[in-house]
Amino acid sequence: MSALLRLALASAWNRRLALSLTLVSIMLAALLLLGVARVRQDVRDSFSASVSATDLVVGPRGSGLSLMLYTVFHIGDATQNMDWRSAQWLAAHPAVAWALPVSLGDSHRGFPVLATQSAYFQRFHYGDDQALQFAQGHAFGDVFELVLGSDVARAQNYKLGDKVVLTHGSGANIGAEHADKPFTVTGVLQATGTPVDRTLFISLAGMEAIHLDWQAGAPMPGVSIPAQYVKKFDLTPKTVTAVMLGLKSRAQVFAMQREIAAYKDEALMGVMPGVALDQLWEVAQLGERALMFVSLAVAVVGLAGLVATLLAGLDARRRELAVLRSVGASPRRILLLLLLEALTVTLLGTLAGWAALCAGLWLGGPWLQANYGIMTKAFTASGSEWLLVGGMLLAGLVAGLIPAWRAYRLSLADGLTPRL
Amino acid sequence: MSTRTPVVELSDLVFSWPRQRAACLDLAEFSLTPGEDVFLHGESGSGKSTLLALLAGVLLPQQGVVRLLGQNYDDISSARRDRLRVDHIGFIFQQFNLLPYLTVLDNVLLPCRFSARRRTQSKDAHATAERLLTHLDLDRSLWARPATALSVGQQQRVAAARALIGRPELLIADEPTSALDAARQVGFLNLLRSECAASGAALLFVSHDQRLAAHFSRVVSLPQINRAGGIGEAA
Repeated sequence: MSALLRLALASAWNRRLALSLTLVSIMLAALLLLGVARVRQDVRDSFSASVSATDLVVGPRGSGLSLMLYTVFHIGDATQNMDWRSAQWLAAHPAVAWALPVSLGDSHRGFPVLATQSAYFQRFHYGDDQALQFAQGHAFGDVFELVLGSDVARAQNYKLGDKVVLTHGSGANIGAEHADKPFTVTGVLQATGTPVDRTLFISLAGMEAIHLDWQAGAPMPGVSIPAQYVKKFDLTPKTVTAVMLGLKSRAQVFAMQREIAAYKDEALMGVMPGVALDQLWEVAQLGERALMFVSLAVAVVGLAGLVATLLAGLDARRRELAVLRSVGASPRRILLLLLLEALTVTLLGTLAGWAALCAGLWLGGPWLQANYGIMTKAFTASGSEWLLVGGMLLAGLVAGLIPAWRAYRLSLADGLTPRL
Repeated sequence: MSTRTPVVELSDLVFSWPRQRAACLDLAEFSLTPGEDVFLHGESGSGKSTLLALLAGVLLPQQGVVRLLGQNYDDISSARRDRLRVDHIGFIFQQFNLLPYLTVLDNVLLPCRFSARRRTQSKDAHATAERLLTHLDLDRSLWARPATALSVGQQQRVAAARALIGRPELLIADEPTSALDAARQVGFLNLLRSECAASGAALLFVSHDQRLAAHFSRVVSLPQINRAGGIGEAA
């Protein structure tokens, strides 16, 4: 066997150019296949880690998906708000342990601003029921105080005590700056790998204060209320975007959902985050499946290349096979020789692809997280990844059977004198 | 080895290629005694290569018996035949005998890699290979070079060293000189004969070139002993 291995290596080295090109194509196929699997897993993980411990998200009746999109992911704009009295009703409901009203709509240099109560920093949990932690400072207290997610602080290089001016609107509907009422940074949160990192937090009163002299999304002409006088006004919000609820008992979720739907003063709905996330994930899965399909197709192309290379090489190697037969190699050994070659190239290619993926994620991971909020793990291999590696090797072995079988037939037919 | 047991023998052999009605070979008897040197003559297409494949156990006849050192090929598995072949027969072909990706020395050592018997028989395989190469007039400077760096004549001498290593009882040479020019043919032939004599191997030298026949103690003409009239193989 070791004699065969040495021969196989020497023979492969002799054809190293063609084989290394094949190896590269298998490496790229493995890289793509494993990369899609890895990123899919990581996206899914960060996705479902984005909210935890919240039993219901309540908002104006409409699409549950878009309610989740703007309350949890801070993407898009709420078309409709709910009345403050409804929020108060929810907070006072006997089944409710805690209620966090949230208001969205403003932004800062592309990062969304979320107005809420300071209890948010204790109540809002992410991942595996993890609480938010302050890296520096503390929650907002006063009207014009502000807490930053870690990405915002890093990207804008903000420190505690810095003044931050918010912008009215977000995304495409961006408006004027609230330049007359800057906020002071009092706290920076630790990184969570969730949309929290990309968000600025202010109090509901702060949100109300910057809009005192505004109407219908624009500053009122001729009216300007300086920052130092805002406290003379009632800063209780009239409306909020949504309310996140924690119930005293999870068993009450469905009863609460029904009660919210039946609420008389306003058309509301309560959405379970898990269910809505699953719905959202199903949408994402369409693209993910397409990606997986493409990478599988690439793997097939890579292996087809291997088969083609080995088959094309066989004709040139008939003399070699005949010589091997004459010095005692049985046709079965020749079959083994070809199989060994296919398997080795597949193995090396797949391992190289895996190594390239790890290296790529190690180098590009911070960028992925900064730009897309996807937390990736560079040096891991999940069970499904090993399954893919195993599948790749098995496919390589099966593909190798084609040239190996042909070599077997050839060496049986040719014997010691190849008919060329 | 008893001198009475032929190295290789065949009797009442009939062989035809698949999908060909007429027999290719029909031989009453042919054998080589130990240490004998035989010149087998036949034009191309006369079935020489087929006969060699039968003697080597690569092909099996439809009728008749072929024995290598008394062992009937028909009685043993193809894997056993493969082992028997490398244990007892050395081959030299017309050309392209060597694996291009191995050095001269590694090419010579190939049979020892596949055959425990040849390895044991050659004692120190490396030293034996070096001794054979020196005998066959191949300079030490060539030994570590890839086989393809050699001239055709040199390659044939390397092939001879490979065929002789581990003292196989039979050496089959299939047109080994046809790629050489006339002056070198005789030189190679003499070298081959003296090396076979030195190791006690029987030599079956196959060629279409009748001028070489004079150098051998026995000459057999295939067309004359073949009752099938020599319908050759496809090639």
